[in-house]
Amino acid sequence: MKLLARKLPWLLGTLFAVSFFTFMLVSLLPGDPAVMILGAGGVSPEAIAQLRLELGLDRPLVIRYFDWLGSALSGDLGRSPMTGQSVTDAILSRLPVTIQLGVMAIVIALALAIPLAMVSAYFAGSRLDRSISGVGFALMSVPGFMMAIFLILIFAVGLGWFPATGWVSLTDSPAANLRSALLPALSLAMIELALYMRLLRTDLIDTLQQDYITLARAKGLPNWLILTRHALRPSSFSLMTVVGLQLGGVISGAIIVEEIFALPGVGRLLYQSILQRDLLMVQGIVLFIATAYVVVNFLVDLCYSLLDPRVRYAD
Amino acid sequence: MRTKVSDQSVVRSRAQGFSAAARQVFGRGFGPGFWIAAGWLLVVALSAIFADVLPVRDPLDPVISNRLNGPLTTNILGADGLGRDMLSRLVHGARVSVVIALTAVTIGMVIGGTLGILAGYFRGHFERGLMAVLDVILAFPWLVLLLALVAFIGQSLMAISVAIGFLWIPAYARVARANTLSVVQREYVLAARAMGAGTLRILLREVLPNVILPVLAYGLVAMGLVIIVESALAFLGLSVEAPQPTWGGMISEGKRHLATAVHVALVPSITMFLTVLSLNYVGDRLRSRFDVRESNL
Repeated sequence: MKLLARKLPWLLGTLFAVSFFTFMLVSLLPGDPAVMILGAGGVSPEAIAQLRLELGLDRPLVIRYFDWLGSALSGDLGRSPMTGQSVTDAILSRLPVTIQLGVMAIVIALALAIPLAMVSAYFAGSRLDRSISGVGFALMSVPGFMMAIFLILIFAVGLGWFPATGWVSLTDSPAANLRSALLPALSLAMIELALYMRLLRTDLIDTLQQDYITLARAKGLPNWLILTRHALRPSSFSLMTVVGLQLGGVISGAIIVEEIFALPGVGRLLYQSILQRDLLMVQGIVLFIATAYVVVNFLVDLCYSLLDPRVRYAD
Repeated sequence: MRTKVSDQSVVRSRAQGFSAAARQVFGRGFGPGFWIAAGWLLVVALSAIFADVLPVRDPLDPVISNRLNGPLTTNILGADGLGRDMLSRLVHGARVSVVIALTAVTIGMVIGGTLGILAGYFRGHFERGLMAVLDVILAFPWLVLLLALVAFIGQSLMAISVAIGFLWIPAYARVARANTLSVVQREYVLAARAMGAGTLRILLREVLPNVILPVLAYGLVAMGLVIIVESALAFLGLSVEAPQPTWGGMISEGKRHLATAVHVALVPSITMFLTVLSLNYVGDRLRSRFDVRESNL
């Protein structure tokens, strides 16, 4: 609780700065939104001026910022002048897709990385360890979109096991939903997997040299028990931090992967809003993503101190 | 035992001439993998430099009869959906990747490195302020920030380089700051100060030479990441504008022909994969060779 009280001002400060930065970044984009909405040719200057007035573009930037922030705090991110859709609704309706994609990607990556890292660390230096590390190293050189294309090539075009594009929502049909989500999630997971594995392997090797592991061995505990019960937890702290930090990478990957697989997620919404220069939509989505990212990492930070007594009692 | 081994190595090094000389310069062998990777990087760099004078076809010339022809037919590496020569497009695309990788990493290194050194040396409000600003930048997923930046400053080669370079400032600032913090506590900095050296002299003569190697060591790995980032942007159609060929753009085009002509996606993918892999591999090896702390572990 004390920790929370100390870190909360930092969180609020960062969020404020993030919102300001978002607003400025998007507001400074070239192109007059009023002109974009009405189309370039054959519109009278009066009509443009009228629309600018309606959109409130004639007021100073700082005032517009606080206006926007004020309504954003009450959950209203404005209305897209292009489609007339509420930005908040647009994000919320697409959010489940992106969250499912991200969670599946992280779960798959962890489910593969943890056992592989254990095997690698336990047999450190062996041929097995070197091949696992080698594959991980190669995976780090593959961009997400390339991975996606090859998964499509193998599993959709070649074997025909999964659809190449499209999305079935979870409520319509859970089985079809998993089928449509697996390839996109897998392409995101493979990139994360390499990073997680490398990190956990290093930490595990370190932990396995500690005295209490020797003690556990001397007690005659089986190796799998030592690895899972004694070594994994103290080795997983930097992994946890990186999973939190890598969320930014997952979101970036999701933008591309959603576009490739034509998934109706937040990432695709952002990409298409940028192409259409739908500034208010872009602003809302960027603020939403950055806020979510900061808050999640804040929570990871808190969990960290809950899991590790050394951090909790240090101050 | 020790002397025996070194005796043997002396004998062997006399016998092997060039590779022995290389070994004396670079320490004990990097292994063949290192030299293959370095060789590939050299090929890519030379292609980028000499793209215009190399005996390849025009990368923009659509020869309809060659459309989607596979490798080793009319074209050495095949032709794309418009019948353009893939080899020549790869060679010209390398130019974009190489220029952007070099420029972006240099921008990140110079600006981020300078800020990091200053923060690590002066500490106090400047350090806290800088770290807070970097935290805010890091709060944006890289592609989100990049898309917004590119929409702002345009899609020229220089604009893309600057935008990607901007992304690297926080990372380099952190590396430089961490290294500066440890350097500043060393005796030689104290000695310089005791001898009456000014701040600028200490920064340039004592701190910079000791911070620059670990900072440079990240350069190659960073370049690999920049190539990935640029290609992702190109894949979305937001990097350097057509008709300039880019690797990411070629892969994006290949996606359309996955079912009929795999090579259109495969050829640029393999090229890019090998390049990034080589950068990572060479960078990793050099880093473990030159980063004193890591090799001491």
